[in-house]
Amino acid sequence: MSAQPITARAALLEVHDLHVRFDLPNDRQLHAVQGVSLSLRRGELFGLVGESGCGKTTTILALMGLLPSSATVSGRIELEGQDLLAEGEASMRPHRWNDVAMVFQGAMNAFNPVKTVGSQLVEPMELHELAEGREAEARAGELLELVGIGKERASRFPHEFSGGMRQRAAIAMALACDPKILLADEPTTALDVMVQAQILELLTTLSHDLELTLVFVTHDLPVIAELCDRAAVMYAGEIVEEGSVETLYHDPRHPYTRLLFAAIPDAMGDKDVASIPGAPPRLDQEIVGCPFRPRCDVSFERCVTERPLPIWLSEQHRAACHRNDEVWAAAAP
Amino acid sequence: MGGGGAVTEDLLEVSDLVVRYPVQRGIVGTMRRRPKEQVHAVEGVSFSLGRGQMLALVGESGCGKTTTAHAILRLVEAQGGRIVLDGRDITRLNHGELRPLRRSVQIIYQDPYESLDPRFRVRDAVEEPLKIHRIGDAGADRRARVVQALERVGLTPPDLFLDRYPHELSGGQRQRVAVACALVLGPELLVADEPVSMLDVSIRAGVLSLLHDLRRSGLAILMITHDLSTAAHFADRIAVMYLGRVVEEGPAKEIARNPQHPYTKALMSVVPRPDPRDRSRREILHGETPDPVHVPPGCRFHPRCPIAQGVCREQDPELRPTERGATPDHRAACLFT
Amino acid sequence: MSTALESEPGVVAETSERRLRTAVWRLMKDRPSAVVGAIVLGLIVLLAIFAPLVAPHGIHDKIGPPFGRPADFKPLGLDDGGTDVLSLLIWGARISLIVGFAATLVAMLIGGTVGILAGYYGGSTDTVLMRITDYFLAIPDVPLMIVVAAIWGPSLSHIILVIGMLLWTSTARIVRAQVKSVRERVYVKRARALGAGDARIVFRHVLPQVAPLLVANTVLTIAVAIFDETALAFLGLSDPSKISWGKMIKNATESAAVSYGAWWAIVPPGVCVAIVILACTLIGSAMEDSLNPRLRVAHLAARGFRIGTEG
Repeated sequence: MSAQPITARAALLEVHDLHVRFDLPNDRQLHAVQGVSLSLRRGELFGLVGESGCGKTTTILALMGLLPSSATVSGRIELEGQDLLAEGEASMRPHRWNDVAMVFQGAMNAFNPVKTVGSQLVEPMELHELAEGREAEARAGELLELVGIGKERASRFPHEFSGGMRQRAAIAMALACDPKILLADEPTTALDVMVQAQILELLTTLSHDLELTLVFVTHDLPVIAELCDRAAVMYAGEIVEEGSVETLYHDPRHPYTRLLFAAIPDAMGDKDVASIPGAPPRLDQEIVGCPFRPRCDVSFERCVTERPLPIWLSEQHRAACHRNDEVWAAAAP
Repeated sequence: MGGGGAVTEDLLEVSDLVVRYPVQRGIVGTMRRRPKEQVHAVEGVSFSLGRGQMLALVGESGCGKTTTAHAILRLVEAQGGRIVLDGRDITRLNHGELRPLRRSVQIIYQDPYESLDPRFRVRDAVEEPLKIHRIGDAGADRRARVVQALERVGLTPPDLFLDRYPHELSGGQRQRVAVACALVLGPELLVADEPVSMLDVSIRAGVLSLLHDLRRSGLAILMITHDLSTAAHFADRIAVMYLGRVVEEGPAKEIARNPQHPYTKALMSVVPRPDPRDRSRREILHGETPDPVHVPPGCRFHPRCPIAQGVCREQDPELRPTERGATPDHRAACLFT
Repeated sequence: MSTALESEPGVVAETSERRLRTAVWRLMKDRPSAVVGAIVLGLIVLLAIFAPLVAPHGIHDKIGPPFGRPADFKPLGLDDGGTDVLSLLIWGARISLIVGFAATLVAMLIGGTVGILAGYYGGSTDTVLMRITDYFLAIPDVPLMIVVAAIWGPSLSHIILVIGMLLWTSTARIVRAQVKSVRERVYVKRARALGAGDARIVFRHVLPQVAPLLVANTVLTIAVAIFDETALAFLGLSDPSKISWGKMIKNATESAAVSYGAWWAIVPPGVCVAIVILACTLIGSAMEDSLNPRLRVAHLAARGFRIGTEG
């Protein structure tokens, strides 16, 4: 286990100006991801936060090349220096599951009901020629132990597992080929809060022990605040703010981040809960000016015509807002 | 409040409610003569709700909160206990007698994308309850009621929404339409089953504030939720359920700040908090909630309880006022509070 | 707090009613075969309706020798009774189509009712009705038709009823499946919680969701009904006073048209039946495909994304 602090390590995955467009009928296009750039290091717990339609799921699907033929992807996705998009599917495929793996949304319900859990863990290993037969089964048992399920359960069927256990098994399946990066799409959204706490604890331990980079995608901000070191907030297909979770909470520089935190009810305090009026813009039309402007409480003339670019405010913190140099009251009073 | 008569201040009183389902045995089970088992969905739940109050039924999946609400709505039959609505015992009323009651008790569902018929315009959806119960005359009278309901839920100007189809509205707007459908009959009690869990975070507060404000007109709200923070913030009282029982009950903020039952304490400790610097201890319980078919003996929480003792395996604690609770109406079902 | 009507991000979803209209529109673009089928069917229906005006001769008019050749008696020659084949085809269309549509109507009414009752009420009603359906399904069609037609007598209404009796089962199954799924939708549960009666729920909430699939199934049933009529007529079980395509084939076969080499007496009616059945099938399956999202499998091909160059 490396003693190097995470921030000092070299970048494992660098995404440069990622765009994803989907074909729509009548020759239109849905611009789902609009210029996303990220940098991830080994063993990092990174959060990708946003509400429905912001493009966070499409972004991580693009990282694995799991997009349909109606999608057009541009930009660079560099894994340890190698551009995964250079040759499309051909350059993506060797890294799928071996280097970058994913726990999909609803993965806990996506198990084949007529096959044992163990056999479903063995499958990716055999597909990627990592192990076969007895060896693969043994490793499947190890994986289950790793995620907190007794290895004797490998011979059981998915319906015999509880929801939390199935989610653990889904994580085990993603770890089958020992990836460097684990993408998790809303892994705890459908779980009870206690089970969620267990899974979050598991993910923290795994990241720590295996030096695994975790990208946690969710709409649930407090979960990110609890689990992750750094996070990026997405809106209308782009990253509007990125930084450590403390910075995001105590010194947000984009109105959406600030308002999003303000929309969370605090069980302990009495601070008022706010909602953000309006809805996100349509992504099948070109956006003029700042995409958040119609819902923003501090917009001014420049926001109407000029789309803000992300500006680095410090080494780790950037925001895409014309007023990002102004310090607002922190999310908590 | 003066004495005499059976006049009660509370709109809804639930006493010792019991709901059980038989478990399907299947052919093999029947042939092997497996004993018939029951799902103990609700095992003796009591609470009351006054006019203009919001009570949040909080708990994890399988705790029985949804079944309790369905039993109150008489969508599910209770095997025991009493449900008294506005002084009237409705536990055993038959279908015909229940019909007029449908006006007094309404429900809104979790899924805004499924709870409206996609073929109905907003005006048709909100008018339908009036048609079913034959309220108002067709035409101007009903239309006025529909418009009023839309205004009450914040969909203004109403004309903009009357002719829309559900798919033309956002999730938050659909949920507001669902509330309007419920309000148009002038109910006294509104049951809200996870009203915002499928909505985006940024619009939840709007819908919850709407429900909060509706209490001012005397509407009582029973909110079912798994989200403790929401319950603590918006509700007047919270009842925490576990495996078919209420294990703690009291004023919302009090329960959130000063939980007494070990289960509530653990739940509150693991609710993720938005401030990353808040690193208070998370009490993560071992395992998951046992299935309601095999309820542990004694205190049903004892297998997972961090402070369980031998006596907990034998005695089933009652819900009673706590020692360290701030008010006497803060009750918990634990032998050690 | 007022909420102005905002626009939805991404693509707007469709209602069921809209889906029917969109289905028709998409039909024209994606499935030209269905459009061709619709046009052809429409033409034949028109011809049948306007038979008295369109047919060059009457069906009893003897205008030449038996099996007069098409070269001499345009365009399709004469049958064994010296009657113009083309006129017979046009007049025959009437019976074939009438029986086809009427029998389908009977099937739809019976099947729809059974399906709705079984799907909506479930439980023992469902079990009983489905066992009856299975019973009818197990009966071989043609022998039953022969028996019934032989016993009841071959009048038009009897034929329609018999065919209808056999075809309602597939409709019943499809309707039942759809009703079962719609019944579990939240808005139906909500209507019940509101106090709506069963009739209201079925007619206002369930039926509109079932209708599109029912229409698709109906079109396909018409094809089968017309085929069954043709078979019955060929076997001599149709109304003797009326001419239909099956009858034409029967007459031709019995009078040994083949040995005469008079293909024009046998082939045209067979071709007509085939064309109508094909048309109905094209329309019906195109409708089914566009209405049943589960039949679409394009989404299963994840990957195959394209690389673009613009930022």
